[in-house]
This record gives sequence, structure tokens and C-alpha cells, in this order.
Amino acid sequence: MNGVHDMGGMHGFGKVEPDADEHPFHASWEARVLAMQRAIRAARAWNIDMSRDAIERQQPRRYLAASYYERWLMGTETNVVEKGLVGSDELAAGHALRRGKSVPHVMTKGDLGESFTRGSFSRPPSHEARFKPGNRVRARNINPPTHTRLPRYVRSHEGVIEAVRGCHVFPDSVTTGRGEDPQWLYTVVFKACDLWGPAADPTLTVSIEAFEPYLEPA
Amino acid sequence: MHTEHDHDHSELSDVQLRVRALETILTEKGYIDPAVLDGIIEHYETKTGPHIGARAIARAWVDPQFKAALLEDATKAIASLGIPVGDHLIAVENTPERHNMVVCTLCSCYPWDVLGLPPVWYKSMPYRSRAVMDPRGVLGDFGITLPAATQIRVWDSTAETRFLVVPQRPAGTEGWSEERLATLVTRDCMIGMGLARAPEKGAA
Repeated sequence: MNGVHDMGGMHGFGKVEPDADEHPFHASWEARVLAMQRAIRAARAWNIDMSRDAIERQQPRRYLAASYYERWLMGTETNVVEKGLVGSDELAAGHALRRGKSVPHVMTKGDLGESFTRGSFSRPPSHEARFKPGNRVRARNINPPTHTRLPRYVRSHEGVIEAVRGCHVFPDSVTTGRGEDPQWLYTVVFKACDLWGPAADPTLTVSIEAFEPYLEPA
Repeated sequence: MHTEHDHDHSELSDVQLRVRALETILTEKGYIDPAVLDGIIEHYETKTGPHIGARAIARAWVDPQFKAALLEDATKAIASLGIPVGDHLIAVENTPERHNMVVCTLCSCYPWDVLGLPPVWYKSMPYRSRAVMDPRGVLGDFGITLPAATQIRVWDSTAETRFLVVPQRPAGTEGWSEERLATLVTRDCMIGMGLARAPEKGAA
């Protein structure tokens, strides 16, 4: 979706400010939000793409006004209701009104160790990769109203395949009920002058990680 | 909104109340164990962090074979140090000719396994919006100026691949041990939003 989360190339957000302190959390509730999001994964009711999708679907003014962990909280509140784990009446009440559903797993202390290493998103391919390093491609001009990982700033622009990264879970399908639908993933490099015009930094190239359905031969 | 904690109601923000409500509900329904949440938080507060990435970078600076392996497959190379790292980690090397920077314009994808949780600035709207268009301006916000001829590559982390920048080894560190070199490797330089510390500023 063409949401406010898709920020590459926008103006007006101001300077990048160094952090005032290096503590990973700035309030204890931030830590609880992160930990809940990690722990509830064991219920396997949604994956990371659905977490992102739930955040991106928040009202733009809410998204922009919220802090980082507030956005995570909104996403988790949305997902627990949409996936049927919690009722919106329970969120409003602040406590459970019904028994929990049966879930495949509840995270235990014994799971902690391995839970900190990311899982693999590679899946067996159903076909050969369409592109090879060095191929010229164009990012398709697509504007799906649903979740996608193709940023607006590259659409319709030509770039070069730099690397083939394997065949991965396809976020656009996972978030629209079409399953993992694995797709080849490529690093595609664009010249800044192609993305931003003649005033762009001539020394700059920008790459994205692009799933095959985002690309066509140029 | 009502909670069972009315005594401190007035001191809690709406967000704090919602977080407390969500944890209460998820716990009462048997989906999470609050003690497990404590363990998760402890991990991110005390165990993980950029010291892990710094160890790999320092090794790469002293061991050309390890550096080649790191650039070939960073997940495998770092695992060989006994550090478990998730799949799809890609190391990119800074050279005198080329500077790499990492951003996630769409959200906040970041190599947690080797750098810990991202700093606030990495997740901020100014960084996410500007890094792909004006990386020199963004570096300037942190007081860093690169030579005009340096080629800049910005990596937008739009999938589950993750990127670790291998900064240039500072001059004047010949003969240093790996441990000492690691003190020069800042988190920011492994994102490309900085350079490794000059030796006089590193811990002895």
C-alpha cells in the first residue's frame, strides 16, 4: 500500500539526531511491548510480514504521531484481534472475558536460547531464477492497496541485478492469505540520478532487495 | 478506561495502560508467560549488542581468510566464531573508494543478531526518509564528511536479508590485538553512519 511508512525520498522530517542515551529501552513499557511481540510468535497466529502489515494499516496520522514501540503496540493489538486470539471487548475491558483459544505452543524459558537467532526465510524454488547478475531490469509500476516491500521511489525505474539472494517467503502473498508463495529475491542497484534526477549525488547508488514479481526485463 | 490498578491510574499514560492491559489479557488467556517476557528483556538489555559485530570486524581486520569468508557468507563466518547468527546476513566492505550505508526505509529492519536493538535514530523518520536520497547530508548530521570522490552505496533493507558494514581499519593500528581493535569498532560504523574510531580515542 502507498502508505506513510514508505518514506524513502520524502522531505521535511528534519535532521537525524544522535540518541541521548544508549539504553535499548527508554521506558519499561517499551521492553514489555517488544517481549510480548516476541513471545506471542510461539502461537504461530501471524508472521513478521503480518506484523509489519498491521502497523502500516494504522491511520496515517496515528502512524506519524506514534513512537516506535507505540506502533508495535498498535500492530500487536490489531493482530491479536484479527487473528481471533483476543476480543476487542477484552482490550477495552483490560482483562480476559473468555478462556484462551488452544495455540500450537506457548513460549517457555527453555525456548529462550534459540528464540534469539532468526529463522530462515529461504524456501525451495518452484522455478529457475528469471534474472542473473548483470541483467538490466525495471521495477514494475505497481500500486497494490495491500502490503508490499517494493518502495515507491524505485517504481518505473531501471536498475541492474547485482546478486541473487535465494528464494524467500513472499510478503505480498503472506499478508493477503495466499500463503508463503516463495519468490526469488535479488539485490537491484539503481543510480541516484535515475531515481532523483539530474541534481542527485553523482557518487550515489541505492540498492533494494527485490522479489522477482516486482521486476521486469528492461 | 478501567483497570484493576486504580491506585496509580492517574500516573499512567494511555499507552502504559494499553500495554498493561494487553499483557494481562495475553497472560490470563494462557498465550504468554510474564517470566518469559522478563527473560527476553534481559537478553536485549544485557547479552546482545554491537560488541558481537565488533568482534567479527576485528577478526576480519587481522585475518584476511576470515574477511574473505565473512564477505562470502557472513552468517556462516560468524557462526564459525561460536556466535549463532540467523540466515541471510550479508557483510559489505568499506574501502577508500566506496562507503556503504544501511537503512530500512519501510520499517526498521536491522541485523539484531550482531548489533542488538537498533538505536532510535536508525528507526527515525529523518533517517528513513533521507538516507536513500541524501546520505552525505545525513552523515553531515553526525559530523562526518566523506571525500567528494568516494562512491556511496546505500542498502535499503526491504526483505529479510540483513547488512553489516565492514568499516575500514584505522591507520596507526598495526600490530594491535583483536581485542584492542574491537574497541575501535562502533555500532554506528557497522551501519555505515560513521567511521571506526581513530586509535588515540580507543580504549588502551
